[in-house]
Amino acid sequence: MIPELGHFALILTLCLTLVLSIFPMIGSLNNTPAWVSLARPAAWGQFVFVAIAFACLLSSFLNDDFSVLYVAQHGNTQLPTIYKVSAVWGAHEGSLLLWALILSGWTLAVAIFSRDLPEEVVARVLSVMGIVSIGFLSFLIFTSNPFERTFPVPLEGGDLNPLLQDLGLAIHPPMLYMGYVGLSVAFSFAIAALVGGKLDAAWARWSRPWTLVAWVFLTIGITLGSWWAYYELGWGGWWFWDPVENASFMPWLAGTALIHSLAVAEKRGAFKRWTVLLALLAFSLSLLGTFLVRSGVLTSVHSFASDPERGLFILIFLCVVIGGSLALYAWRAPDVTSGGRFDLLSRETLLLGNNLLLVVITAFILLGTLAPLVYDALGWGKISVGFPWFNAMFVSFTPFLVVLMGIGPLTRWKHHDAGDLARQLRIAFLVSIAGGLIAASPLFHQASIGAGLAVMLSLWVVTTLLASIRLRLKHRDGLAAMGRDFLSRGGRSYYGMVVAHLGIAVFIIGVTFVSLFEVEEDIRMSPGQTAELGGYTFRFEGVQPHQGANYRADRGTIRVTKDGEEVTLLHPEKRTYLVQTKPMTEAGIDGRLMRDIYVSLGESLGRGDWSLRLYYKPFVRWIWLGGILIAVGGLLAASDRRYRIKVRRTVVDTAKSIRSKPLAAESRS
Amino acid sequence: MTPRRKKRLYLVSLIVIGVGIAAALGLNAFNENIMFFHAPTAVVQGEAPKDHVFRLGGLVTNGSVRRQPDGLTVLFDVTDNAETVTIQYTGILPDLFREGQGIVANGKLRDDGVFVADEVLAKHDENYMPPEVADALKTAHQEGVEKAAGNAAPQ
Repeated sequence: MIPELGHFALILTLCLTLVLSIFPMIGSLNNTPAWVSLARPAAWGQFVFVAIAFACLLSSFLNDDFSVLYVAQHGNTQLPTIYKVSAVWGAHEGSLLLWALILSGWTLAVAIFSRDLPEEVVARVLSVMGIVSIGFLSFLIFTSNPFERTFPVPLEGGDLNPLLQDLGLAIHPPMLYMGYVGLSVAFSFAIAALVGGKLDAAWARWSRPWTLVAWVFLTIGITLGSWWAYYELGWGGWWFWDPVENASFMPWLAGTALIHSLAVAEKRGAFKRWTVLLALLAFSLSLLGTFLVRSGVLTSVHSFASDPERGLFILIFLCVVIGGSLALYAWRAPDVTSGGRFDLLSRETLLLGNNLLLVVITAFILLGTLAPLVYDALGWGKISVGFPWFNAMFVSFTPFLVVLMGIGPLTRWKHHDAGDLARQLRIAFLVSIAGGLIAASPLFHQASIGAGLAVMLSLWVVTTLLASIRLRLKHRDGLAAMGRDFLSRGGRSYYGMVVAHLGIAVFIIGVTFVSLFEVEEDIRMSPGQTAELGGYTFRFEGVQPHQGANYRADRGTIRVTKDGEEVTLLHPEKRTYLVQTKPMTEAGIDGRLMRDIYVSLGESLGRGDWSLRLYYKPFVRWIWLGGILIAVGGLLAASDRRYRIKVRRTVVDTAKSIRSKPLAAESRS
Repeated sequence: MTPRRKKRLYLVSLIVIGVGIAAALGLNAFNENIMFFHAPTAVVQGEAPKDHVFRLGGLVTNGSVRRQPDGLTVLFDVTDNAETVTIQYTGILPDLFREGQGIVANGKLRDDGVFVADEVLAKHDENYMPPEVADALKTAHQEGVEKAAGNAAPQ
């Protein structure tokens, strides 16, 4: 009964979404206030019914209702409750349902938090989000129904993939989806603005907080995914340039470019066409990511289903959305006035540089991700693009990005005097060069040019940020005034920038140091034997059987000492889950701020001997610490008071200027 | 030309040159870094590159896994059911590496015809077959059938 209820709710959602995507849009174009005012109730209806459908699937999992095919495949009575919940989005159908839920959640959020916007703008934005939602809902209902029944009813479920039985991965997909889908808000604002023909600073200001929040979720999702891969896959890597990782990284890069160019569009009215294009690009890349993951055209740990019908559906949807939005862009963008002028040395130019570099990096990652598909389709052979290429690409462009990142916050809009800039940057420049030289010097036993460069770039970011804070202190009457300003949510976007850029500096140190100074060894060890690595002594004390909640494990014990003092006792495991009987490596990790010690069990070699992999990973936590700082920065920026106060003023202005139109006057009442 | 236009021209040419150089370098590096997939049949027939890394995939032949005395080096055979190539790998094999399972290895061919792998990949799904391997098996099977048909025809 409950699954049928869920299925029915899903069909109702589709009907409501059809209403949402058609009537408010048309109403906003031919001045029919009654149709425009349908937008908010339809958004509520859509959310309520998807939520009901989601709750139905959840209850089927919690009650182990194996008459539902999806539950029978991925649920199990032995599964701990938390993983019964996360099993809902543990595979294709359920994760699409989660996607639809989150999309309707964002739609509802726009409906609720946009009371200050002109009604017809809200109506158009909600309609566009409805159109996107139709695509996913029909995909769900027609090709991937999670409520399908099965007969005969199995007594026990097929269990959740053991890799996914982990807290990090329970929350990784929702976070990532929040980011992916959140970019649809920026996309919808852009489309609505194109439809209305009004691309102005107000549009940029409305889009900014939404884009920032979506980008924060994407940042958290990617960081979590990387952390999960590190401790759960058991082989100490934190980023693999796997197609699915790239699929999440490309929208992030485009989103990063977007939040920077939105700043220019808002503050200076320049880059408007470019910003719209970026908004379209960012969401298109999200959709492309979905296509790559869900269609099974690429092979990866993440791709669940390889079903040509599903792939075709998403491909068509992708073409409609991307093609349609680009066509609209081509039609409407030429009418957009170009904005404020700026000199060669100005914040605009530097942000343009930032955007160019980010887009170039995105384009290269796209090339590397899609090349295997293109080669295969053209019959040029089956290829894979090596990890080193992605690394080389990324490492050769980011330094430029970081150099610009240091200068940008110090320059003024429109025009900045070169001599002034040189004076401001002098100290930062000297400190970073000196720091880089010291780090690369033979004073350190493992000195290298790479480490010097990384230290230099990080110091550059930090010192230029300090210079910019000093300038701000001078202009804003000192620390106390700035503190008051901060607490009343003023200037938050500036502090957000500071924190996020600091995150980049931390990230650079983490990535470089762990890549350069990591020590790794595969070794055969007998009980009682010791090995030296990175200044630590690892003593293997044998492997014992261990019984977990729904798995059996071989549990090793490794005593790690340094200079005779015990540092930690690690217990890496080799697990076999009872239902899916897949072996799983659970690493033993001792994590500290400055270094991780990481041990995983290989295979039993007989007579108590095991092959083991030992790692000493300096500064690896700084990678995720950087990610957290970036996300915190984004949140700070999104909480800026400006987005609330100024919006109101703009609406009044807009209302005044369009008073002559009956729609604006009526819909406000 | 007005000074404003001149400035804009500088900026645009700077961008074009920069992006051009980046694209040229990137694509050049790209060509050196792609790894082609070759099935065991292609390797035996000498179609695989001698001095370049490539990917080799197939089914691990039953009973072929031989562990060397150091405990870490493993030799095993992969097959596409037509030809067989021996792979040597030092290190810890992935959790799902098993005899009879489809795997993909990255590495180089040594002069004696042994493929020295830097990395061995086995996917986290028992029913999973790397698509390259599945295709290679299909091709080898078809060729085998055609050969059999060709042999049978003259009789």
